Amino acid sequence: MSDAVIRMEGLGKVFRIGARHEGYKTLRDTLSNACTAPFRRIRTTLQGSRIQPSTDENTIWALKDLSCEVKRGEVVGIIGRNGAGKSTLLKILSRITEPTVGFAEIRGRVRSLLEVGTGFHQELTGRENVYLNGAILGMKKSETDRKFDEIVAFSEIEKFIDTPVKHYSSGMYLRLAFAVAAHLEPEILLVDEVLAVGDAAFRNKCVGKMGEVAQKGRTVIFVSHNMGVIQSLCNTGILLEDGKITFKGPTQQAVMKYLGSVEQLRTKPIETRQDRIGGNTFRFKRVHFLNPETMAPWRTLVSGQRVIVRLEYECLSSQTLEDVGIGIAFHTANNIHLFACRNRAVGVTLKVHPGEGYTDCIIPKWPLKAGRYSYHLYADRRDTPLDYVTDAGSLDVEANDYYGTGYLPAPGQPGVLIDYAWE
Amino acid sequence: MKVQETELRVPGLEAAAARRQAAPDIPPIRIEARQGWVSLKLREVWEYRELLFFLTWRNIQVRYKQTALGVTWAIIQPLFTMAVFSLFFGRLAKVPSDGIPYPIFAFAALVPWTFFSNGLSQSSNSLVGNSNLIKKVYFPRLTIPVSTVLSGVVDFMLAFVMVLGMMFYYRIVPTANVLWIPLLLLLALVTSLGVGLWLSALNVQYRDVQHAVPFLTQFWMFSTPIAYPSSLLSEPWRTLYALNPMVGVVEGFRWALLGTQPAPGAILIASSLVAVLILVGGAFYFRRMEKTFADVI
Repeated sequence: MSDAVIRMEGLGKVFRIGARHEGYKTLRDTLSNACTAPFRRIRTTLQGSRIQPSTDENTIWALKDLSCEVKRGEVVGIIGRNGAGKSTLLKILSRITEPTVGFAEIRGRVRSLLEVGTGFHQELTGRENVYLNGAILGMKKSETDRKFDEIVAFSEIEKFIDTPVKHYSSGMYLRLAFAVAAHLEPEILLVDEVLAVGDAAFRNKCVGKMGEVAQKGRTVIFVSHNMGVIQSLCNTGILLEDGKITFKGPTQQAVMKYLGSVEQLRTKPIETRQDRIGGNTFRFKRVHFLNPETMAPWRTLVSGQRVIVRLEYECLSSQTLEDVGIGIAFHTANNIHLFACRNRAVGVTLKVHPGEGYTDCIIPKWPLKAGRYSYHLYADRRDTPLDYVTDAGSLDVEANDYYGTGYLPAPGQPGVLIDYAWE
Repeated sequence: MKVQETELRVPGLEAAAARRQAAPDIPPIRIEARQGWVSLKLREVWEYRELLFFLTWRNIQVRYKQTALGVTWAIIQPLFTMAVFSLFFGRLAKVPSDGIPYPIFAFAALVPWTFFSNGLSQSSNSLVGNSNLIKKVYFPRLTIPVSTVLSGVVDFMLAFVMVLGMMFYYRIVPTANVLWIPLLLLLALVTSLGVGLWLSALNVQYRDVQHAVPFLTQFWMFSTPIAYPSSLLSEPWRTLYALNPMVGVVEGFRWALLGTQPAPGAILIASSLVAVLILVGGAFYFRRMEKTFADVI
């Protein structure tokens, strides 16, 4: 494979869970560690086995045994759930962090774009930041000089180019930052989810620019949650699941596979679950998150969109059940309760007729931030449980501009968004 | 190249030719886990010299933004310390000053000292302060502490003008020895950067460094002949004392500017050797720790 510009072989990365969350150790920890290390070593030698990082319970493999080639001119979209290792892979390829095992070989000038506006300084003017950011992203000064007018024109903020960026609106800031990034001209470009910024019009402009880059025969590796963008830009898709490549091939197929795996989880048959309380006269069968316009399930749940939560059930009793209370409660992956929707709380009484049926809960603005959540289902009648299913299913929510202001909540922090005004 | 390929049919050569075709001048980058001590890759730092320039320039631009006194701070620091020293050490304690008026005696030492100690404390915090860059972009990490120390040179120049002003006031005529000043500044820079490299890399792992640095600089200041002359010590102790590289810098400055005697030959040799050792050791330690920066910072 002579035209492979990126080659990965057996690439793996271990994170120490402690190191990831605590961030740093104190000197005292290390000193005490250093003192006990010889004893530990003696013990492991006596036991005749060396502890491998993979068996250590404090470590996780963010990436495991990744082998793959990317050819010149290929535009690859990497898709996968949150935590599948997409960003770690990009960080390794951009040389920000090292793999633990295996290697990757890259031929050509690489530039990576893991964030727009890296290194922007609040106190400097737009003009100064363009040069600084350009240098940080690996542009030569002469190159920035040459493209300066083009960058400013692209950002549409000519008037404010000599104003310190701290006086910019967040939209202006992002425009300028992206404009610099869009004018990089490397042979290989690594991009992480940076198009999810700004207003819709500017976002389209950015996607258009990325398309141009892709068409100039450059190799692009692109991580995004936006399947639409992936499908329109990429000719190859890589599906990452739990740090492994589970599929590499035409984008369309990769996207289908990804959506399939997501869909599969969401429509897991609740009716077959044994670990429930009740379920004899009344049984939850399925939960759907529907798009109210098409009444079809949303492919991806996005903050701020209108969602109908459809709870399908079966009534096994021969009579109609009067005054049934039904609810769905959402919690984070760490099992922290966030909110619940129940018919009684909004003054609705439900009657359940024998046979199958459903009830809809309409959520005008989907309030969950990006992240992974699961939900409990419960139904009761006169304080006696009809059916309780804990962790009935889980769902992934993708980030979106909930407030319509271009503001994106900080990632990695699941939680709830609410509507409010500020005066 | 194509002709060669068909004629010779050597598999290795074919592959090599194809590789050359694929990337005409850039050798492939191999990304893998590095073990143990690694090379300094100074050539790469040189390739990123424009970034070094821009980071230095940014530090200079930003340092006195939104301050009322602006660059005056570069002069205020050593000036006020000099005033305090002159009063307590010069007037009250009657510390000897090699026959030179005490204020200029202290000030000529305080100016390089301020350069050194600011460079040291700022560079030791530089990696942590630029953690967003380290987590998001690749470039030789050495550029961060190097640019931090370099940006202090501007402050030094301003304070140095002040030194010249004071020499004029005290009617001290500079000699040709002034030409040594750039080299002495380099010595201060090497020391500052050397210690800064050690501390900045340590600071990524152990935030204890942040708390230790103010104490370290204070301790170091009193073990450097700023408020007093090193001539209080007799040989060979004086040369041994110069194992603290700042002894060489400070005594060098006094000799070059104020003409203190004797010329600090042995002192400068000892100080330079130690400074270079600290720098080289610091650079290797820094490079060794570099791979963990993005993960633990």
